Amino acid sequence: MSGNRAIAEAVKLAQVNVVSAYPITPQTSIVEYLSEFIANGELDAQFLQAESEFGAMSACIGASSVGARVFTATCSQGLALMHELNYVAAGLRLPIVMAVTNRQLSQPLGMWCDHSDAMGERDSGWLQIYVESCQEALDTVIQAFKIAENRDVLLPIMVCLDGFILSHTSEAVDVPDQKAVRAFLPPYKPDADYNTLLDVKKPLAAGGGCPPGYTMEFDYKKYEAQEKAKELLRKVDGEFGEAFGRQYGLVEAYRCDDADVIMAAMGTIVSTAKDVADKLREEKGWRVGVLKLRSYRPFPKQEVLKATAHAKALAVVSRAISYGVGAPVFSDVAATMSHASKKPILLNVIAGIGGRDVAQKDITVVFEKALKAAETGKVESEVEWLGLNKSLVGG
Amino acid sequence: MSKPYWNKENFPITPNIRNPGGSLAFKCGQWRMVKPIIDEKKCTKCGICITFCPDDAIEKTAKGIIEIKYDYCKGCGICANECPAKAIKIVAEVGESCTTEG
Repeated sequence: MSGNRAIAEAVKLAQVNVVSAYPITPQTSIVEYLSEFIANGELDAQFLQAESEFGAMSACIGASSVGARVFTATCSQGLALMHELNYVAAGLRLPIVMAVTNRQLSQPLGMWCDHSDAMGERDSGWLQIYVESCQEALDTVIQAFKIAENRDVLLPIMVCLDGFILSHTSEAVDVPDQKAVRAFLPPYKPDADYNTLLDVKKPLAAGGGCPPGYTMEFDYKKYEAQEKAKELLRKVDGEFGEAFGRQYGLVEAYRCDDADVIMAAMGTIVSTAKDVADKLREEKGWRVGVLKLRSYRPFPKQEVLKATAHAKALAVVSRAISYGVGAPVFSDVAATMSHASKKPILLNVIAGIGGRDVAQKDITVVFEKALKAAETGKVESEVEWLGLNKSLVGG
Repeated sequence: MSKPYWNKENFPITPNIRNPGGSLAFKCGQWRMVKPIIDEKKCTKCGICITFCPDDAIEKTAKGIIEIKYDYCKGCGICANECPAKAIKIVAEVGESCTTEG
């Protein structure tokens, strides 16, 4: 089944109460499948077709506030239109789960994959997990509800899958048994004492103003919850592994143990990079590894350091651009390394923008550049634009 | 703020408000930088200041005296500007600053 179908199957298995969404390519088929499930009676939930993504997230916030288990999906301009409400959902501590089929943002207008849409939401308080396969997409949505609804976290989660590359690619997917999922993920029971639930018996006013004397403290609580989420991500992932035989970690360090150079990336680039690493090790004897960053928010500092501190060079590849910096994820990795006594030389790589293919040959170039940096102790350029057509832009 | 909503015994994870009418605890007169003072000897009790006050912060008491409700007056000075008897002067506000620690 496709990545989108896998997401829809997971949402059905999670027995959500409310789905509210607005169609946008390449997300649309997720909510189309869900509306079919609801119409067929396979899923007992309310489907709210909104007039825009702003309306969809508003409906999700309302539904989650009264204690419903809520799902939505969007990407690109749709996610941008939700931006204001995304902060509200996190600030009201509502455990909404959203699938984001990563797509570029206009202008230039296009419907292809990059991560600029989700990067725009990275500081909204939402957790963000990037998946690599259709199976992982399904499994992660089920895990996501359990993490989001935990009292120590109570924050919304984005499950990010590469638009088209994963959303529309069919793979063999094991769909777990409904009873087993229900045992792993019981129905959501919010607690009125947590000050998040609209309950007529215990009324509250939600979404009001807050003076300067308290705002920072509420934000600190969100920050703390994200930090606590790391421990919970590990725990829930472990429990999922015991129940269903698959687990993923906050990061996956692939052949990193003895690696001289490592490439860090998120999403489907990782799969290609693993194949390239195998090939380069076999054919050329290069000791290369791949670090998959699965959890981006919270950022798994401890895991990143553990997997890469011994390497000579670490290339951070990002499918998005942070103007003035380069690859957005580079900032996170560089910040993580800032207090480390021993650290690799870091390469700042932008790749796969607006659906540009990141093929095996491109990843080979990344490893070559990283090996050269490891040898010489310096990087060729401050920001590496992988596959940039220089004949079009000069230089 | 006169009475803080939250304290160390009660600091929830969201700024949602449980106590209805809680905004009564906010005395917005504390935003004021300057304040109007009525000179009783000059005041003719005409009530023009009551009409012009944009915050409904001036009233005539049962005894017919004009009084400013300093809990709500924000010190805009319109009353002093409109007073035909020049009976209202504006002076600098001194006292508690607008912090939220209680």
